[in-house]
Amino acid sequence: MVEFPGKKDLLTAENFSVFYGSNEAVRRVSLDIPEGLVTSIIGPSGCGKSTFLRAVNRMNDLIPRCRAEGALRLDGQDLYEQGVDVVMLRKTVGMVFQKPNPFPKSIFDNISFGPRIHGLRDRSKLAAVVEKSLRQAALWDEVKDRLGDNALGLSGGQQQRLCIARAIAVKPKILLMDEPASALDPASTSRIEDLIAELRGKYTILIVTHNMQQAARVSDLTAFFYEGNLIEFDETSRIFTKPREKRTEDYITGRFG
Amino acid sequence: MEIGTRKILDRSFSSVGMFAIVLMAVSLVILLQPVIIRGFGAFAFRGTVEFREMMLDRFGRGDENGIRKETAEAELARRPVYELVEVFESELMDADPDFKTKYRSEFRDLKVRLEELLGPRVRDSDKALPRKCYGQTRWDRAGKKLHDVLYIESYDYSDPSKMGTRIFSPRADYFKGTSLEPLFDILERDIEGMMKPRPTLYWRFFFDESIDSHFFGGIWPEMLGTFYLSLGAMLFAIPFGIITAIYLAEYSGTGRFVSLLRTCISSLAGVPSIVFGLFGLAFFINTVHVSDSKSVLAGSLTLALLILPTIIRASEEAIIAVPRGYKEASMSVGASKWHTIIAVILPAAMPGILTSMIISLGRAAGETAPIIFTAAVSVGKPLGLLQVFNQPTPALPWNIYNLATEHEAVDEIRHIQYGMVFTLVLMVLMLNLAAILIRARITKRLRG
Repeated sequence: MVEFPGKKDLLTAENFSVFYGSNEAVRRVSLDIPEGLVTSIIGPSGCGKSTFLRAVNRMNDLIPRCRAEGALRLDGQDLYEQGVDVVMLRKTVGMVFQKPNPFPKSIFDNISFGPRIHGLRDRSKLAAVVEKSLRQAALWDEVKDRLGDNALGLSGGQQQRLCIARAIAVKPKILLMDEPASALDPASTSRIEDLIAELRGKYTILIVTHNMQQAARVSDLTAFFYEGNLIEFDETSRIFTKPREKRTEDYITGRFG
Repeated sequence: MEIGTRKILDRSFSSVGMFAIVLMAVSLVILLQPVIIRGFGAFAFRGTVEFREMMLDRFGRGDENGIRKETAEAELARRPVYELVEVFESELMDADPDFKTKYRSEFRDLKVRLEELLGPRVRDSDKALPRKCYGQTRWDRAGKKLHDVLYIESYDYSDPSKMGTRIFSPRADYFKGTSLEPLFDILERDIEGMMKPRPTLYWRFFFDESIDSHFFGGIWPEMLGTFYLSLGAMLFAIPFGIITAIYLAEYSGTGRFVSLLRTCISSLAGVPSIVFGLFGLAFFINTVHVSDSKSVLAGSLTLALLILPTIIRASEEAIIAVPRGYKEASMSVGASKWHTIIAVILPAAMPGILTSMIISLGRAAGETAPIIFTAAVSVGKPLGLLQVFNQPTPALPWNIYNLATEHEAVDEIRHIQYGMVFTLVLMVLMLNLAAILIRARITKRLRG
């Protein structure tokens, strides 16, 4: 296990497992994700990386017969303890999905949806939040004149940035991204990657990706998952140059996966 | 498969589809054409002087002096007829028994027919049934009645292997050689002067109450009743239906009990409507006592039960069809399940839910059997809003049936029946149109 001096650990997993029925999709994973950095999770399909990600905001709860074991702590708070308010948890853990999924509402309503359900009613404050979020998501200049338009009228890449803006509008502590660029064209992908670089430092970002170059480009740390196990977790540069594990090396050099 | 065969198959499928569509369009035209044309006849027709006199007496409409003058002119034109009748009557009184036996009953019949056509000679609008106070108010009906005066209807049963055939023999021939003979020619020649037909647009047909069980007047109570009943049914069925659909789609899971429940709901949609009607009577009126007897409330509840399965199933499908991404996105920013349903899922499912409402609204407005026992009466006043809780109401579908089968003078007032059919079709079409427009707006907003 590596230590990153000067950085506080925000998310800590300790012997953390997730089961779909009797199938153990994530197996006794232990890792510490430091605050303010971009951490990517790579691995072949079905390795449990998405399951792990969705465990952080307990999105897996929506799947019947899915349960978790072990400890997963955010800021010291065990997420799977009895009595955790899942709704408040999801407010502190933002998520961006593989396919852009804006609501069929106006751009403004999409961004203000989160703040509004958490009690912000004042129109001018909402407008401020919308502008700030859109600026952070590098979308403001493109949409500032048509905030009332339906979000589904945007291009795929714009929609995905809108989804990022929607997620950061509720000021989450950590931002989860589940292959956020896999449904986009190369130009949109590189904009998303630029955006992740901009958000680095402001938010702790945990990103799952199929694309190893992307992981190498955007992340500080990389975790390699294989068949539900965490194989290796280290600084990205190290994973991609001098991996300690044979399987990691095989995967990143394209021998399987 | 050979490319040629595939092409032939494709083409035959599309031509069968086209054929089905054309067939439907043609049958719709064939079906609607008489409804529209004869429906128009209920309020756009040639009204006689009798019509104007009736409107003046019963509704106080029209220019009184003008109508009185017209009546006097008509009276003048009718005088020769009345004089001939009087002369013959006194002749008959003094005639020999043979003459009496031959003409007495036929003459009595003639007088009845004449009175049906022209109305009683001495007008007394207070006493008898209104229908007995006036002659024919519509020129087309007057033509029929004139025919009844001019011809004697009899049946020929001489061939026992056949049904009796109807024969019309001129009444003039029967009365040949008597003082009454010229009457028939006069009638035929001067009938326009006696009736004074004039194109009439009786648009108040839709907003008048009926007089003498639909003989005169309009169909406002029926329209209002249909309106109350279908809207009341929607009022009960929509909230329950949507809540049930939400429960089934989002909360229930897939237990055995739930699939049983689904089966029950589906079967409920196939239950004959008359069974719903009897259930409504037995349950809402006799058991729960929502009202002492038939009432709009009981009828609405029964209709609500009838359309509930449709609304539940269609709304459930619409909710299930909402992309999962919407739900995930909403949950991921910290919306509760309930809030997600209200703010994201229901708006996205609204076009489908509205479709189910459109279908059920048309059904509720047009159903007859469920309201026979629970809400409908043949004749009634238009109801106020508070009366719906304990008063029965006339309603278009029931009154159409009633006029077509049970009314004591079915043949005399066919035009009213067609007017009702026309109005019902129009009402349902307009309600549907409104719902379709709303749905189109929502869909457009959802698509961006």
